Amino acid sequence: MKQWLKLIAIALLFYVHVAGLLFDVPRLNILNETIRALYFHVPMWFGMVLLFSISVFYAVKYLRNPSSALDRKVVEYANVGLVFGMLGILTGMLWANYTWGSPWHGDPKQNGAAIALLVYLAYFVLRGSLENEEQRARLSAVYNIFAFAAMIPLIFIIPRMQSSMHPGSGGNPGFNMYDLDSSMRFIFYPAVVGWFLIGLWIVSIRIRIKTVEEKIFELEDGKNP
Amino acid sequence: MQKEFALELRRKAVISGIGLYLFSLIFICYLTFSLRKNSINEATWSALFWLAILFSVINSVAKSFIGEKKGTFIYYYSIASPQAIIISKILYNAVLCLLLSLAGYGLFSIFIDNPVQDKWLFVTTLLLTSFGFSASLSLISGIASKANNSNILMAVLSFPVILSILLMAIKITKNVLDGLDRSSSIDELLNLLAINCILTSLAYMLFPYIWRS
Repeated sequence: MKQWLKLIAIALLFYVHVAGLLFDVPRLNILNETIRALYFHVPMWFGMVLLFSISVFYAVKYLRNPSSALDRKVVEYANVGLVFGMLGILTGMLWANYTWGSPWHGDPKQNGAAIALLVYLAYFVLRGSLENEEQRARLSAVYNIFAFAAMIPLIFIIPRMQSSMHPGSGGNPGFNMYDLDSSMRFIFYPAVVGWFLIGLWIVSIRIRIKTVEEKIFELEDGKNP
Repeated sequence: MQKEFALELRRKAVISGIGLYLFSLIFICYLTFSLRKNSINEATWSALFWLAILFSVINSVAKSFIGEKKGTFIYYYSIASPQAIIISKILYNAVLCLLLSLAGYGLFSIFIDNPVQDKWLFVTTLLLTSFGFSASLSLISGIASKANNSNILMAVLSFPVILSILLMAIKITKNVLDGLDRSSSIDELLNLLAINCILTSLAYMLFPYIWRS
C-alpha cells in the first residue's frame, strides 16, 4: 500500500474521531446523541461489504488462474471483513442498548447481519477441515462465491421487506436524503473512506506476514529435509 | 441424464430410509404436542413443518455426493461432463425434495392439522423451495464430500446459505395460514424464484471446479 494512502487514512480517522465526538449534531427524535454512532457503526458495514466483495473478486480470479498468492488474498480479505462485521455488530449492539433498551432485539437487520457472519465463519471451518492445500484453496473459493451470492438477498433485500426498527426504515429517522443533515455528510463520508483504507492497510500487512511466513517454512524445509 | 435417474433410483434403501425418517420425525412432533386436535396454533404449525422438511431434506440431499464410493466418481467422470452431472443431480434432488415435502404435508394434515387455506399457492411454494434447496445443497454436498468430517460440515455450510430461501418460504406460509389474498404473496414468490435462478446458475458455473479433483 502506498505511503500517502496510509497518511490519508490516519488523517481522516483523526478528523472523524475529533469531529464525530465533538461537533454539533442535529437533534432527532429517539436518536438524540446516539446519532454519532453513524460515524462508527455504519462505516463498519460499508467496509465489511466492500472487503467481502474484493475477496469474492479474488476468488473468481483464483478459479480462473490458481496461484497461492491469490489464495492468500482471498483469505485475508475475508478475514478482515469478518473483523469489520463483528465490530459492526458490537457497535450496533452497544447503540441498541441505549435506544432500544436491550442489545439484541431480534430485529430483521440484526438477524441478517448475524447470519452473514455465520456464512464467513462456516467458510473458515471449511478451510480448517481440508488438508490438501490446493484443494482447500479451490473448494473454499467456490464456497466463498456461492455464499456471497446467497448472502446478498439476506442483508439487502429481506430486511427491507419486513418492518424494522432500524433507523432509515419504518418511519424512523435515519440515513436518507432528507434527514441526514448536510453537516453530518462532511464527517460521514470521510469516516467511510477512512475506515475502508484502514481495512485495506491491515489486509496488506497480513498478506505480507503470511508471505514471509511461507518463505520461512520453505527455507527451513530446504535446510533439513 | 436419464441414466443418472436410473442410477439414483436403484438405491431404494436410501429413499425408503428417508421416508421413514420423515415419518418418525412428524410422529414425534405429533406425540410431543399431546394429541389433542387444534392444540397448536398456526405459528407453531409452520415452524414444525419447516423444521421437519429442512432436516429431512438436508439429510437426503447430503447423500447425493457424500454417500458414494470412490469408484462411482471415476465412473461418472468418464461418462459425462460436469455440467450434465450437476444439472441431473439438481433435477433429481428437486424431485426428491418435492416428494418429501408433499409427503410431509400429507402426513402433517393427517396427524396434526391442516390449517392451510390456499392449497395451490402453498404447493407452488413447496415446489420453488424444493428447487432452491436442491440447487444449493447439491453444490454444498459436492464441497463437503471432499473433506474428512463431511457430515458435520454439510450442516454448517448449508444452513446460512439456505436460510434466505427458508425465510421467504416461512413468510409465504404465514400469509397462507392467515388466509391473506394471493396478491400479497406475489412479491415473496418472485423473490424466491430470483434466488433460485441465482443459486442454480452459480451451481452450474462453479461445479466444474469442484469436480476436477
